[in-house]
Amino acid sequence: MSQAPEAFCRSEMLPPREPPLSQRGAWKWLHENMFSSIPSGAISVLGTGLVIWLVVQLYPWFAHSVWTANSLNECRAIITKTWGEGADGACWAVIHERWNQYLYGFYPSDAYWRPDLAFLLMLVSLLPVLFARFRKLIWFSAIFPAIGYWLIWGGSFWVIPAILAGFAVGGLAYRLTARLSAAVGLAAAALVAVLWWLFLAAPAIGLLDSVAPLKLEFVESRNLGGFLLSFIIGFCAITFSLPLGILLSLGRRSDLPIIKTSCVLFIEFIRGVPLITLLFTASFLLAYFLPPGTTFDLVLRVVIMVTFFAAAYIAEVIRGGLAAIPRGQFEASDSLGLTYWQAQRLIVMPQALKISIPGIVGVFIGLFKDTTLVIFVALLDPLKGITDAVRGNASWNGIYWEPYIFSGTIFFVFCFGMSRYAMYLERKLKTDHH
Amino acid sequence: MKTTVFLAAAAAVGLFASMAQAGTLDDVKARGVLNCGVNTGLVGFGAPDANGNWTGFDVDFCRAVAAAVLGDPTKVKFTPTTGETRFTALASGEIDMLARNSTWTYKRENDLKLTFVAVNYYDGQGFMVPKSLGVNSAKELDGATICVQTGTTTELNLADYFKQHNMKYTPISIKDSAEGKQQFLAGACDAYTTDASGLAALRATFEKPHDYVILPEIISKEPLAPVVRKGDDQWASIVRWVVYALIEAEELGVTSKNLDEMAKGTSNPELNRLLGTEDNLGGMLGLDKDWAKRAIAAHGNYGEIFEANIGASTPIGLARGLNAQWNKGGLMYAMPFH
Repeated sequence: MSQAPEAFCRSEMLPPREPPLSQRGAWKWLHENMFSSIPSGAISVLGTGLVIWLVVQLYPWFAHSVWTANSLNECRAIITKTWGEGADGACWAVIHERWNQYLYGFYPSDAYWRPDLAFLLMLVSLLPVLFARFRKLIWFSAIFPAIGYWLIWGGSFWVIPAILAGFAVGGLAYRLTARLSAAVGLAAAALVAVLWWLFLAAPAIGLLDSVAPLKLEFVESRNLGGFLLSFIIGFCAITFSLPLGILLSLGRRSDLPIIKTSCVLFIEFIRGVPLITLLFTASFLLAYFLPPGTTFDLVLRVVIMVTFFAAAYIAEVIRGGLAAIPRGQFEASDSLGLTYWQAQRLIVMPQALKISIPGIVGVFIGLFKDTTLVIFVALLDPLKGITDAVRGNASWNGIYWEPYIFSGTIFFVFCFGMSRYAMYLERKLKTDHH
Repeated sequence: MKTTVFLAAAAAVGLFASMAQAGTLDDVKARGVLNCGVNTGLVGFGAPDANGNWTGFDVDFCRAVAAAVLGDPTKVKFTPTTGETRFTALASGEIDMLARNSTWTYKRENDLKLTFVAVNYYDGQGFMVPKSLGVNSAKELDGATICVQTGTTTELNLADYFKQHNMKYTPISIKDSAEGKQQFLAGACDAYTTDASGLAALRATFEKPHDYVILPEIISKEPLAPVVRKGDDQWASIVRWVVYALIEAEELGVTSKNLDEMAKGTSNPELNRLLGTEDNLGGMLGLDKDWAKRAIAAHGNYGEIFEANIGASTPIGLARGLNAQWNKGGLMYAMPFH
């Protein structure tokens, strides 16, 4: 046996070496993401050029911002003085001066704490809905709409218990009659609750008022405006359109012809008509039909119409979710002996809603942005209504981009928040493990 | 049974409607507040300030009516209205009067069942061009691109004018004056057209207003007037004569400063009748003797209101022009107080 040729055999491991330049660090990243092919490289160069161009164009405008001034001309004078003749700059002073108007519209300034408090409570009421660990607070979410209404519009405190009592007597009626059948129970509950609100609530409020007067100054709907108005409409429409949409989607799949037909008609009619048409209907047609002086509040009318509009879209989104559930699930729930409502609640809806989350959130985001359309019925939305009012003053006439950028930023923050939450929820509810 | 209920409800609605329309004066007095429709924001004519107080030319007429009827110029609830909502708000009874730079036209008065009480501003459509264009007359605008607001009488007037003079133009549609300004300053159009008051207000917002000229031609008649519902003659008379009282006051030299002096009685019987020291003109309107005095006290006479909101001393800087008194070359002519 001759000795093995040592030259061909290494006795120790080589130390690891760094990968070549094109396979590491910034070069690798650039190579893979920006210049992986010729078209990709061209697009990268163009895109980078565009971004640089935009920054170069816009940077001076933002850098020359003026934050305190009393008029557009004063802004321009300050910019010229500081940055020289011909300099261009943003005049955020308009937002600074009209900040309260953008937030609250013409809400009385000594009562700003009321919408502020309502907003905080709204956030609290959203917690149990959005995050499972706050589930114990769900009772607060249930009563918040009544509290919010009282805080923002004012009037007698006893409005809150009077509204809530309607649900209580409705629930009682359901308990008493549900033994006959669930449908009869629901009908009785709705009837009793509506009767209570229509005929008994007002005297009850009057009685409680005379015993213990507890009042906030009444604020008319006309005085609401800006983001306060957008939030009221957006929050109400989102809150009420989801349950309504679920009922409509179930109704559309129902075997009962009357329910099915009316749901189909409702959904198709509302979806077939632009939102602005519905707003005009709320504002004009109702005004013609109702006797003059009837105070069927304009904001309330708009909220109802926007809710209907959103509900029709939600119904279709959820119907899509329902269609994606395998037939076996329905049959399984039948074979377990569950009633229709139990099956919907325990088996069908949890799955259908989970599938529909992206669609539902898409509708909500669209809805929130659509609240700016109320300008067409002369309610002062933050984007155009308040901005028009601001421009209507000689001192701010001629301002253009700043109010739009401001409103746009606020809308973006909330819409982006909604979108991120939806992604979080999707991840959390993900039960398949692909 | 259901039909009966429905008919009864409909009848009740009709009854309420006619009742409410019969006595606007009584409604306003009972309510203690005048509901006045104004623009959502038009420079000089009506807009809220940072504290939500409304000011402007049209707004001052609302306040004068409130002063005459209710004795207090602050008892006005302003309802912002858009071009689409203004007449409906009036017809439905949501507002008692509309002072929102609305043009008095045949169709509006007769088709929409409105009463335009009295012209408080004579406007007309004009053109603005950059000085660098070197144009001195609207007749030189052949082939120009022109920024024009859509869905207004402005669009129609423009088409008529160019057709009449056998000229061609390219319209650039804009949504509102803020957008129009951006387009015009960016050079998207050679000329900008809207009412002359609007042109002046717009030019005042430019960084270099002197680089732009407003051409001398006025191509349309735009008489702006406060509006009330048709069918309540007493209320229409009240609003009409409040406007006339303000115009008459200027003609007779009554201002908010010398009002108290004048109200003690003068040698001019017409003035005495106007201010209620002689005769009782207010009684015929269902008001008291001092109605006109209070209306003038609110924001002064017509000339004072004009100067304070849109006149030469304001950024808008409108000349009186057609809106001067009739004896000074204008069209402002109050009917006699006899």
